Amino acid sequence: MAKSKPAPLDFVRQGLTDTQLVGILRTMLMQRTLENRGFQLNRQGKIPFASASEGHEGVQAGAAMAFERGKDVLVPYYRDLGLALGIGVTPYEVLLSLFARAADHSAGRQFPHHYASRRLGLHSISSVIAAQLPHAVGAAYALTYRGETGRAVLTTFGDGATSEGEWHEAVNFAAIHRLPVVFLCENNEWAISTPLAKQMGQPDVHLRAEGYGIAGALVNGMDPIACYTVVGEALARARAGGGPTLVEAKCYRFLAHTTDDDDSAYRSREEVAARRRDDPIPCFERLLLEQSILTAEEAAALKRSVLEETNDATDRAEAMAYPAALDLYDRVYAEGWQPWRA
Amino acid sequence: MAVVSTTGSTVMNNVEAVRATLYEAMKNDDRTVILGEDVGARGNVFLITKDFIGEFGERRVIDTPIAEASIVGIAVGMAMEGLRPIAEIQFADFIYPSFNQIVGEAAKIRYRSNGEYTCPLVIRTPYGGGVRGALSHSVSIEALFYHVPGLKIVAPAFPADVKGLLNASIDDPDPVLFLEHKKTYRLIKGEVPNGHYTIPLGKANVLKEGSQLTVVSYGLYVHWALEAARSLQDDGVSVEVIDLRSIRPMDKTAILNSVEKTHKLLIVHEDNKFGGIGAEISAMVAEEALFNLDAPIRRLCGPDVPAMGYALPLEEEFMSSPAEMADAMREMVKF
Amino acid sequence: MASTDIARGSLERHGLSDEQLRAIFRNMLLQRQLDNRGFQLNRQGKVPFALGSEGHEALQAGAAMAFDRGKDVLAPYYRDLGLCLGIGLTPYEILLSIFARAADHNGGRQFPNHYSSKAAGLMSFSSILAAHLPHAVGAAYAMKYRGETGRAVLATCGDGTTSEGEWHESMNFAAVHKLPFVMLVENNEWAISTPLAKQMAQPEIWKRAAGYGIPGSRFNGFDPIQTYAAVKEAMDRARSGGGPALIEGTCYRYLAHSTDDNDMTYRTREEVTQRRSQDPVPAFEAVLLEHGIMDAAGIEAMRKDTLRETNEATDAAEAMPYPQPAELYTHVYEGAWQPWQS
Repeated sequence: MAKSKPAPLDFVRQGLTDTQLVGILRTMLMQRTLENRGFQLNRQGKIPFASASEGHEGVQAGAAMAFERGKDVLVPYYRDLGLALGIGVTPYEVLLSLFARAADHSAGRQFPHHYASRRLGLHSISSVIAAQLPHAVGAAYALTYRGETGRAVLTTFGDGATSEGEWHEAVNFAAIHRLPVVFLCENNEWAISTPLAKQMGQPDVHLRAEGYGIAGALVNGMDPIACYTVVGEALARARAGGGPTLVEAKCYRFLAHTTDDDDSAYRSREEVAARRRDDPIPCFERLLLEQSILTAEEAAALKRSVLEETNDATDRAEAMAYPAALDLYDRVYAEGWQPWRA
Repeated sequence: MAVVSTTGSTVMNNVEAVRATLYEAMKNDDRTVILGEDVGARGNVFLITKDFIGEFGERRVIDTPIAEASIVGIAVGMAMEGLRPIAEIQFADFIYPSFNQIVGEAAKIRYRSNGEYTCPLVIRTPYGGGVRGALSHSVSIEALFYHVPGLKIVAPAFPADVKGLLNASIDDPDPVLFLEHKKTYRLIKGEVPNGHYTIPLGKANVLKEGSQLTVVSYGLYVHWALEAARSLQDDGVSVEVIDLRSIRPMDKTAILNSVEKTHKLLIVHEDNKFGGIGAEISAMVAEEALFNLDAPIRRLCGPDVPAMGYALPLEEEFMSSPAEMADAMREMVKF
Repeated sequence: MASTDIARGSLERHGLSDEQLRAIFRNMLLQRQLDNRGFQLNRQGKVPFALGSEGHEALQAGAAMAFDRGKDVLAPYYRDLGLCLGIGLTPYEILLSIFARAADHNGGRQFPNHYSSKAAGLMSFSSILAAHLPHAVGAAYAMKYRGETGRAVLATCGDGTTSEGEWHESMNFAAVHKLPFVMLVENNEWAISTPLAKQMAQPEIWKRAAGYGIPGSRFNGFDPIQTYAAVKEAMDRARSGGGPALIEGTCYRYLAHSTDDNDMTYRTREEVTQRRSQDPVPAFEAVLLEHGIMDAAGIEAMRKDTLRETNEATDAAEAMPYPQPAELYTHVYEGAWQPWQS
């Protein structure tokens, strides 16, 4: 089955300043460091669970750069650590979530990486795949309904989610109503153990756009600048009333699904090793060095700073308290939790 | 896998019991197929179907796309057309998109076609908490479904029951929701008779006889209730513990016989209290055995909040411990 | 008039004999008679409900002609009166369903038009749109599983159903597994009161096929011969292991959705009248006359005969008894119906 190959990484600035470019690298490094920290803490027996997003750093940092803080709305999925960081969630908040502390966004209720922040425009999500897509569409409808141009909804999901009925229903509705929503598929080729060939009849998700009557776009998900460009175009189209876009960013999932998964059961070490050649972090770092936007010393200092910030966030979050047991009964409804009325 | 003893049985845990039973079913009937997310190459996220795809082939062990409604719906079509599918919903928390296919379709096919079309289908799913599963990997779902005529539901707690009831469910000509408490997967071990056998649906099991209180439970909590009841023995408190095993149909005789003897009833379940299984049991006993009771029926259940949280104190607050159950038992016996 | 097949001018028959063409026409006439009979009985207060299928006659008669009785399986929806007739259901069986008699296949339990017949290969279905499609896919899987070539599942639905999540999930699974499954969409432009423009953003449903990686095509559903050709091509491909297809037949719904609907609340009489000019029944009548396949007397006789058949079926079915109250408790399970086991 023929697979569309993403374009190779070449340097087109797309109006990004040096500071922004370095900022993208920093977000990517922070994503990876925090993710690795989650795995570490799990191995140390300090937290029960962490999920993986290695391989997604390019698409998430690029998309985050195109997101307009204070205006746009993000409805992500549970692998979007970098995207959440990129739109303003802090490493401390990420660690609070990993440690399930009371000060976490969900007061320790949600699984790690299920952030929510009204201030940042980050919607609350569950672990149920594609359930967030109709929500994203509804949010976009609200924006349109109130006549709020200049705002868009960015919603993300993996290749597996595109098989869900709710994916279809959401895209269809957005298309009918020309809603300001960008559907960004982070196609990493694996849905836990299900490869693309068992997930769909043809591997190019973006080609479905025509059937729905909306714009479609393909981008190299390992290239943050390309992702910034393509996602940016789609968001601009949405904000200007031009309707939805289905963007497909081809990337790869380097690790297992989560700390509870063992990917050696279903794919070869060789496949993963071969794909490491496209690892977005070393590729982008090399690009910045070649373009003299960063020196080797500055890159090293950046990594140290990211590690320091991660360590600081870890220590501070770990020291925080769990929620109180009786917190269980709060916020079931606006008032009260009992089903029987006296 | 497990140790074969000389008494014609093998010691295994609940995961192994599911696996062994599914394996035999696949070997003995080539109408049997397994479908679900990650059941093939991954062998299921708890390794229940590990290596099945190698032995039985991808035609019989199907890695489906992520599409829960159609996992059940496609299984319904297979069943209508003569296969004997065993569908898996990876976690019970993901079953909601399939709700219509289960209650609106599978449960009604025999009835609406006057028996011409039937739906011999098993839907297996891990449920329950105590594993830091938070809002989407911890819920109990039996109360949503046990209301529905045409559907059958079982929730075994012991490996021997897992095998017997799974075999019976696979043989059953009607749709069965087979609930596996995920915390008991590796935690609970027991003797499982070798060879093929079934346990009829609708039959509870008296795990421990007693004279002062009847405790009815199922799933993980049956083990905690048993532990609690045993801990009270030395104080001269005599508690009878019944494992429901089967939720629809449910064993009326076992419950009523026991209440007739002990005159007190405590229902213990992990699921939320309001509208849970305990509600139906309470109503039935109140209707049919009111004058056997020396105390109000009591239900010790999950609190009526959306879910146990990820943080440990929230999970612990939600779940009941053997100590809490023992307290409730003592109080009732004293009443 | 000779009944042997002689090449007739510009009529493209796709291999259909005169006899088959007359059978198609008879099916169309009978469908309309029975359809109208349901509405009549409702107006007379004899039955509480009936559904209309006027406008679908050519599509359903043509499709039925391509169906292989005794081999193929049909997974229809509730507007497929003509298709069910065409694959072997009798007017009597149809009237039994309308009158909800005990002798009905479903014992009077189902809504009218919710036929099922194991003997005819007609799968039992509900009123829930698209819920039957995963069943159809599962049935196709069973066929492939058993290595049965020469058989396929023909599933039908309206334009509205294509918005359902389960439509998408069914198409996707059939495509991944290359199943002997044909999705025939009867696009009549209205889903009760929802016009196409509110149902989807681009009106050509067949174009979604490429997104699934399967063949798709569109044909004129007012033309029974074109319908036959399109359905036969797709079913032949499916039967011989060539995998699924999405085929779309365009037609129009002339009546309201059902006897409980008033279509004047959402569309104009002018629109309906204008589309009547395409009415497939008089149109095909004209074709048969023009090409000498039938003459006016023959057509008149056929009309009378279908009316006679309809009347006889009506009288016979009406005379049959309702199911007994005790029947309510049968066929819940194979065994006892009670949830409490003694």
